[in-house]
Amino acid sequence: MEQYLQIEDIRKDFPLLDTMIYGRKLVYLDNAATTQKPVQVLDAVAHYYRTYNSNVHRGVHLLSQQATDAYEKARQTVASFLNAQHAHEVIFTRGTTESINLVAATYGRSNLQKGDSIVISAMEHHSNIVPWQMLCEEKGATLKVIPMDEHGVLRMDLLPDLLDERVKLLAVTAVSNSLATVNPIREIITLAHQKNIPVLLDAAQAVQHMPVDVQELDADFLVFSGHKIYGPTGIGVLYGKEQLMNAMPPWQGGGDMIKTVTFEKTVYNELPYKFEAGTPDIAGAIGLAAALDYVCNIGLSRIRKAEEELMQYAMGQLATVEGIRFIGEAPERAGGISFLLDGTHPFDVGELLDKQGIAVRTGHHCTQPVMDFFGIPGTVRASFSFYNTPAEIDMLVAGLNKAAVMLR
Amino acid sequence: MTIQEKQDEIIDDFSVFSDWMDKYEYIVQLGKELPLIDAQFKTDDHLIRGCQSRVWLHADYTGGLVHFTADSDAIITKGLISMVIKVLSGHTPREIMDAEIYFVDAIGLTSHLSPTRSNGLLSMLKQIKSYALALHVRENENPTT
Repeated sequence: MEQYLQIEDIRKDFPLLDTMIYGRKLVYLDNAATTQKPVQVLDAVAHYYRTYNSNVHRGVHLLSQQATDAYEKARQTVASFLNAQHAHEVIFTRGTTESINLVAATYGRSNLQKGDSIVISAMEHHSNIVPWQMLCEEKGATLKVIPMDEHGVLRMDLLPDLLDERVKLLAVTAVSNSLATVNPIREIITLAHQKNIPVLLDAAQAVQHMPVDVQELDADFLVFSGHKIYGPTGIGVLYGKEQLMNAMPPWQGGGDMIKTVTFEKTVYNELPYKFEAGTPDIAGAIGLAAALDYVCNIGLSRIRKAEEELMQYAMGQLATVEGIRFIGEAPERAGGISFLLDGTHPFDVGELLDKQGIAVRTGHHCTQPVMDFFGIPGTVRASFSFYNTPAEIDMLVAGLNKAAVMLR
Repeated sequence: MTIQEKQDEIIDDFSVFSDWMDKYEYIVQLGKELPLIDAQFKTDDHLIRGCQSRVWLHADYTGGLVHFTADSDAIITKGLISMVIKVLSGHTPREIMDAEIYFVDAIGLTSHLSPTRSNGLLSMLKQIKSYALALHVRENENPTT
């Protein structure tokens, strides 16, 4: 790992990593759920609240102008991060879930008719299933699913047949949160675009692990959460192509999203404000921008290489644990490793790892259909960040061996 | 022994462990001693849904006393249930209804009673209390049984 990143220096940026849990040094391997925050992010948020906290837009006073500048600069940072053509194609939301709900409620509601369909994949997070299901129920439309195989790889051979003329949107995850599969999003987008079907990419598990360029991918919508990429919770992003989003009706009504209001008629504001009703999460946006700057400063290509090497090491070491069964064995993976230990329940394993200071996640990871597909109650998921070390993997393996002895 | 005495005994048993892993070793052991639910009752009617582990619970009412049997797919959950059952089995519905379960807190497993923990212990306690309430009501309506 050292050849790509100076891990010990990087770890100093993350104060929480130095925590003791039950008298043991914390081994934080729940990064797919949320990442820890570097001091650069903590400082940016604190600096905002301490020195220029003020409401954005329309303020005539200096602090409001400073806050507005910082908030709009954050939007520009996100746009550059994704290589969006325009900053106003970036909408700040509460997170991935809200971004998807926004698209379902606006694009979906205005474009979907009875008999139409939305296509998702078999490995979506509940947040990329339920909003579409609700929309389909409301409209009398159908939710269609791209199946996967037993390795956790999408059956791309079946995709062309799913994409008929009634499909109004394809919403798919770039990286699976429970299986870590990296999906062939270029190919998916190309196939969908051949039939003029727009694509929403759930990049919640992708943007922190690999470079994502919305123009190069030609993604129509892309969503992610700030807190999974070292930023604050409560802030997220919806990227949408200008043309698509201009045609969409607004979602929530309120302040900021209007141009003029009379009791007879409201004229809506332009992008991006049209979709940002109410006072936005100013501190969150500033924190997110600091996080993206932090990540870009290290470089996502270097992060990808370092994390790939760590994943390889982890898979090799975990394979030595007796009775381990990996769930999700796609050739290209990012983020984490899901597994089960023969003769044990994932909940028990997670509990005993916790008591050894090792934080993992257990359960269905908000992907119940994936668990049903594999016929399992859940998995143990260890998920990594560039700040994790091979020594921490060794502690995970030792912790698992100890848990296995106790539980079997 | 009263419900309180049984709880105090468990607290006493746990006082010897200073290390968490030792505590859990003991909980796993208790899980293996759980009076298992008869296969015929291991049905969806008897299933208490926690988020991560499943728990089956059966109440048997004879001679004015309630006896519980149970099972779970997670061994730590089984250990926790085993303790709860040890404490509450063999008592009258009234005693069970009125029982205050404090041993879980006292042995440092408070988090297991948090509703967000969802490992079935809290929902199981609720289920036990509602069984007791139902039996109590039935008893009062028809005192001869």
